[in-house]
Amino acid sequence: MSFFKVDNLGIRFGGVVAVDKVSFEVKRGECYTIIGPNGAGKTTIFNLIGLLYPATSGRIFLEDRELTGFSPHQVADLGIARTFQNIELFEHATVLQNLLIGRHRHRKTSLWQELIFTGATRRAELAQREAVEKVIDFLDLAKVRDSLVAGLPYGVRKVVELGRALATEPKLLLLDEPSSGLNPEETDDMAFWIEDIKRHLGVTVLMVEHDMNLVSRVSDRVLALNLGSAIAEGTPAEVQAHPAVIEAYLGKAA
Amino acid sequence: MRFLFKTGYAQDLRLFKHGGQVFWYGLLVALLLAAPFAVGEYGMSQLHFILIYSIVGLGLMLLVGFTGQISLGHAAFLAVGAYTEALLQARGLPFFVSLPVAALLSGALGWVLGLPALRLKGTYLAIATLAFNIIVEEVTARWEGLTGGNSGLHLKPIEMFGIDFGGDASFYYLCLALTVLSILALMNLLRSPTGRAFVAIRDSEISASCMGVNLATYKTMSFALSAAFTGIAGALYAHKVSFISPEQFTLLQSIELITIVILGGVGFIHGAVLGAAFVIVLPQLISIAKDYLPSNIAGSGLQAVVFGLVLIGFIIFEPLGLYGRWLKVRTWFELFPFYRRGMFRRQKSYMKSERLK
Ligand SMILES: Nc1ncnc2c1ncn2[C@@H]1O[C@H](COP(=O)(O)OP(=O)(O)OP(=O)(O)O)[C@@H](O)[C@H]1O
Ligand SMILES: [Mg+2]
Repeated sequence: MSFFKVDNLGIRFGGVVAVDKVSFEVKRGECYTIIGPNGAGKTTIFNLIGLLYPATSGRIFLEDRELTGFSPHQVADLGIARTFQNIELFEHATVLQNLLIGRHRHRKTSLWQELIFTGATRRAELAQREAVEKVIDFLDLAKVRDSLVAGLPYGVRKVVELGRALATEPKLLLLDEPSSGLNPEETDDMAFWIEDIKRHLGVTVLMVEHDMNLVSRVSDRVLALNLGSAIAEGTPAEVQAHPAVIEAYLGKAA
Repeated sequence: MRFLFKTGYAQDLRLFKHGGQVFWYGLLVALLLAAPFAVGEYGMSQLHFILIYSIVGLGLMLLVGFTGQISLGHAAFLAVGAYTEALLQARGLPFFVSLPVAALLSGALGWVLGLPALRLKGTYLAIATLAFNIIVEEVTARWEGLTGGNSGLHLKPIEMFGIDFGGDASFYYLCLALTVLSILALMNLLRSPTGRAFVAIRDSEISASCMGVNLATYKTMSFALSAAFTGIAGALYAHKVSFISPEQFTLLQSIELITIVILGGVGFIHGAVLGAAFVIVLPQLISIAKDYLPSNIAGSGLQAVVFGLVLIGFIIFEPLGLYGRWLKVRTWFELFPFYRRGMFRRQKSYMKSERLK
């Protein structure tokens, strides 16, 4: 049984072939990274996995179950959580509320129970908070737990978004450029957390990242993409040294 | 300034966050309970309307303030509540049966209105809800066999458990009880998964859906709940005015209803009540002012003009509404002399992912 598999995935937007026949497999418990120059189609692959776009071709499997036919909100129920390249938080809610929305797929109460806030609702809410509080401790967010997201600096928002994805207790975590916009110390923290997520929480990570330092540090395997097509796969060192990858980043040697 | 030290998760679940709040809200409730002994007949009538409009305000706040949808058709739900109540009372059903039925029928219709919201946004949704209002208005005017058409329907005072709710005080307590229950229901919802899903939809549909929130279910649910609140208010409204006809539930009425949340403060429960009070009291202030104005200004259009100006003024100068204004004043005193302008400015969000819009 494979854990997560993308088979022959493709999408075109009008004339642009954004993703072209990409196939890869992610093993349970590893950190698999997709790299590639701007516009290579990395984010588009994430959006295809999230079923935000209908794929033109190809299929996606989580634990041998095909995703096609599900709707976007069911992807979360299946155990896939993601962060966004440009941060998509709930701006006018507190950090705590943001993380609690991550618990949405674990809700147990009905509308009627909630309207009168029954004992069962109270117990369920306390359990949700406990789960969220673990994430807050893990990511060291206690200082900002009651702040509105709208007032937080960029670096903190990135961590909050990671926390919200973790709060869903995913099997597979998709991180779209977790280090973009972060300063070196924040990037270092991020690398540390990703390693921890993989090792201690046992969550499989599929990541898109530009910072090769971070990539080499946390990834088990890397896939290089250019103009929508896969051009190399292997360990971080192998892929970095691959001629096609060097050419994609630096252009053909004159 | 007050600092709250968190010592347990249950603390976040409390409705009142600290003793001061218990004191002030306790005082408010005591004053409200005592009102019939201190307020004259005219004042009581105003209080009835404020409470009824508060319930509408709460329903609209849920939809507009917490789910980020818009409705310019809520007078239709007020109508459904009012007509259901009138028709069921005429058939001899007691209020404790007809009220839930009014809420359910309005809610069902709200669910229907929620369907276009799955495809439409902003102005287009506003137009769809506006059209819906016109349809309901036309149906109530034309379906004479049921609604009495333009000659309307009369209602008798509510009688329940041997109590006559036709009196100023008894009707007031009934309205007050229903308003308080509505507030509690809304507060409960907001500290539960459903309320959070609404807020998630308001702030980012794309990430709400990536967190597992079914947009279709929750948007229609928000419309249905909002309409159900309004239906309850409609039933009370029908008894308050004791005669209902289609021209009470026009577009203009819908606009007055949306004014409640905009003036009160979009996104605050307090705003619903403050806005309702303002919308009821403003016409009185205008009619008082008319006595002092030259007759060519004090025409019949004055009220509409003032309403329009106030609405525009709030949207431009105080988008957080009356409650937002109060928060600023309170913070100013708490922080004196360190208040900064712009502390409440809602920040532009960082680069939103445009490709996903
Ligand atoms: N919704 C869309 N409509 C049209 N074209 C799109 C859409 N989404 C992506 N594209 C195009 O597909 C290509 C790949 O975009 P994508 O966002 O996946 O790149 P990326 O690898 O994530 O790049 P970056 O490193 O800049 O984030 C680009 O040419 C982009 O313009
Ligand atoms: Mg990208």
